[in-house]
Amino acid sequence: MIRALALGLVVAAAASMALAAGEWTVAELMQGLAARGPERAKFVERKHLAILDQPVVSTGELSWTPPARLEKRTVTPKAESLILDGGLLTLERDRRKTTLRLAEYPQIAAIVESLRGMLAGDRTALEKTYRLEAYGTRERWTLVMLPSDAQVAALVQRIDVAGNGNRVRSIEIRQSDGDRSVMSIE
Amino acid sequence: MSGLARDRARGPIVAAWLVGIAAAIAVIANTRFTADMSAFLPREATAEQKVLVDQLRDGTLSRLLLVGIAGGDAASRARISIALGNALRHDGAFAQVHNGDATETARDREYVFANRYLLSPAVTPQRFTVEGLHAAIADSIDLLASPAGMMLKSVLPRDPTGEIVRLAGDLAGTARPRLEGGAWASQDGERAILLLETRAGGSDLDAQEQALARIRTAFGQAVATSRVSGGNVSLLLSGTGVFAVASRATIHDEVVRLSIASTTLIVLLLLAVYRSVVALALGLVPVVSGALAAVAAVSLADGFVHGLTLGFGTTLIGEAIDYSIYLFIQSGERNDESWVRRFWPTIRLGVLTSICGFATLLLSGFPGLAQLGLYSITGLAVAALVTRFVLPRLLPARFRVRDLTPLGRTLAAAVERAAALRWLLAVIALASLAALLLHRAPLWNRELSALSPVSAADQALDQQLRSDLGAPDARYLVVASGDSLDAALAASERAAQALDPIVERGVLGGFEAPSRFLPSRATQQARQAALPPRPELEARLRAATAGLPLAAARLAPFLDDAERIRTRQPLVRPDLVGTSLAHAIDALVVPQGQRWTAMLPLRPPEGSATIDAAAVRAALSSARVDGALFIDIKDEADRLYGGYLGEAMRLSAAGFVAIVVLLALALRQPARVARVLAPLVLAVLAVAGTFAAAGQPMILLHLVGMLLIVAIGSNYALFFDRGAGTGASGSSAANAANDGARPRLLASLLTANLTTVAGFGLLAFSSVPVLAALGTTVGPGAILALVFAAMLAPRP
Repeated sequence: MIRALALGLVVAAAASMALAAGEWTVAELMQGLAARGPERAKFVERKHLAILDQPVVSTGELSWTPPARLEKRTVTPKAESLILDGGLLTLERDRRKTTLRLAEYPQIAAIVESLRGMLAGDRTALEKTYRLEAYGTRERWTLVMLPSDAQVAALVQRIDVAGNGNRVRSIEIRQSDGDRSVMSIE
Repeated sequence: MSGLARDRARGPIVAAWLVGIAAAIAVIANTRFTADMSAFLPREATAEQKVLVDQLRDGTLSRLLLVGIAGGDAASRARISIALGNALRHDGAFAQVHNGDATETARDREYVFANRYLLSPAVTPQRFTVEGLHAAIADSIDLLASPAGMMLKSVLPRDPTGEIVRLAGDLAGTARPRLEGGAWASQDGERAILLLETRAGGSDLDAQEQALARIRTAFGQAVATSRVSGGNVSLLLSGTGVFAVASRATIHDEVVRLSIASTTLIVLLLLAVYRSVVALALGLVPVVSGALAAVAAVSLADGFVHGLTLGFGTTLIGEAIDYSIYLFIQSGERNDESWVRRFWPTIRLGVLTSICGFATLLLSGFPGLAQLGLYSITGLAVAALVTRFVLPRLLPARFRVRDLTPLGRTLAAAVERAAALRWLLAVIALASLAALLLHRAPLWNRELSALSPVSAADQALDQQLRSDLGAPDARYLVVASGDSLDAALAASERAAQALDPIVERGVLGGFEAPSRFLPSRATQQARQAALPPRPELEARLRAATAGLPLAAARLAPFLDDAERIRTRQPLVRPDLVGTSLAHAIDALVVPQGQRWTAMLPLRPPEGSATIDAAAVRAALSSARVDGALFIDIKDEADRLYGGYLGEAMRLSAAGFVAIVVLLALALRQPARVARVLAPLVLAVLAVAGTFAAAGQPMILLHLVGMLLIVAIGSNYALFFDRGAGTGASGSSAANAANDGARPRLLASLLTANLTTVAGFGLLAFSSVPVLAALGTTVGPGAILALVFAAMLAPRP
């Protein structure tokens, strides 16, 4: 469940927000990100799980408040909220609230901190955990994030972020167990 | 009486006394002595109070130990915590060891998962119909879209209805400390913390002491075998057991120390007065006799003697020695028969007055207080009787102590002058009354904790560690009982059903229930009956998964598990062995005589420290849960103690009335009764007024101290009254007798007063509140009673 929090959502959401104003070279992209303000966007997420014949689909809204707060509000199939704020990760579902301290989960902290580094345009933080590769053109680009950290690599195989101009269109996360999720952003 | 007649009479009485002393020693040799503060807990009256007293004595609350590791750096503390936790888990003295270690909960999870269809409240016949299965599986698939569902992903083929999700939420709903380096740490990250539960009850102080020693040893080894960096580490310990063991050591040390100190002081004082070792030894005969008889009497009546009773008893030496002082000094050059005739009636009345005062304590519901009453009555009565009947027969011929007439004459002159200051008494009385009536701080401390000898620093450490842990202070409980373990579990289920709705409404933060991890047999069987046999379940599952992305073919492990659980024997207590839940069951369901009591600890809602008791009681009664009780342990304990404090006040008032009646019968003149009572009442008023003015709330033992002021002071006042009585008679013989008698009387009263103050005054310096309260009341009170009695004495 902990891994899931990091993988299924934070990675995807954070990556999407980070790249909403993407540039097609990594260096330029990061510079652009560092100057961004608060943002909101709608999302549709499809999870392809080996155990299910069809993907499960969820929809909702993402919002990013620099420098450290990311919120994911899911509307369907069931209302829930996930808030990453500072060192705390809070999940609320069925009126039940679960709060995790990132410091207690070093693997997740590694993922979350590097994603937050990306949202804040902090390339140094990002490259502690991932090797970054940019492809395509400014109008149609892809950023590939390959974990260089062994612990993160045990969970995530790769993350593909696609966008055009300053918009992120999708984030695809391939997990090391073969399951994958694709989040499309409006 | 001739020497011969005296020798003849000596035989039987002295022999009887020796037999009595031997018997007392025999009883004492077989007496159990205890320093368990729970002896000072009131005798339980109602069902709530019975649970309360049991909980305070041996319940989970009394078994919890809080451990902190301070110093060093965070990683060192975590390594030591893990090493310490592992060592203690292998030590039979501890039922539970919690420090956040991940391996700790693995077996618990395994038990819960393997028995999920017996444990989950969601298991009903409806849930295993085609529609029920469809809804449950669809919910699980929805959950997979959420990060919260990722735990479910790997077990979905075995648990498509998601029972484990709900069970995990129920079982792990409590707030826990933060983790650092794989072990629990305080909020500020300055300490590693562990929570232990001893196997032995909190009142088994020897076992508690051993458990603490094992923790210290294991900590030493953990430090030695772990890499420690960032400075020295230290061990912090708190909890009821720590307090109880420390209290016992303190009480023991202080009783020994104070007994030696006050005995030495009294012996030196008497040596200075008597200048005779023989006189000193003989003077101690009534005291020792009284003390032995008193301990034996308490032992026979209660079956045990409390350390505090002994501590209190040593101070009674200060009063009991008075009788031989009166005998030795007042008889002067006359023989003792004359003393017996002249002074014994006064002493007898004084002893009877004291007994009247203390007899009311015998009626107290506080076992500790009743014990003090019995001890005092027996000790004083025996000391007086030995002084009267045995001591004169032990005195050598021509026995005489130093003549104190010169000192007495000086005192007499001082008393003469003091009479001119009587107006001061009115001032003191008014000032004391004003202080009592106008006090701002409460006069009485009604919290039970006021009796506790635990130091403020230790209480602060305890508070600190508890808040570090997220405070499992077990203050609020619902208890439900049955006539077997299974019946108690069924009662726990009914209570839990009543509580669930108010958790939903936010009245409660949550609660634990033993029936969650061991449901009653009937409930387990009902859940088994809700599971269809395998072929039927398979058919329903096929129908239920139509249209869902989860094919029934993938769910064969679910069919296997359901069939296994459906046909197994219901879970019983031994099935929990090896998990921490076994200890939880033992802590939460306890046998009490013929019955079993289940306890459901409640948590206050988030952001609140207290629980709305009325709402919980209403929920229990509207759900018609028979015999389920809501208990606020702190409230209940304070109410109980407050009740006994009130009772002790009424008993003391009754004792005072009894003393007035006794004096009225003996003295037969209202003026004399008033003259005897006035200095006593004034002394009590002055002492109580001083406490009120100083803003120091009084406890039960201050009240006992006031009774003692009356008991001791009544001797002084009666002697002054008697002196006046003979003087007023106007006979020349009496006047002549008075000539030497009055100074000697005054000298004997001063000596008696000094020994009393030496005995009680030292208590004032005790760190045990119960003893210090007595000392600060009786020490000054006895001096004031003597001074006031002297000032109010009629001129001879």
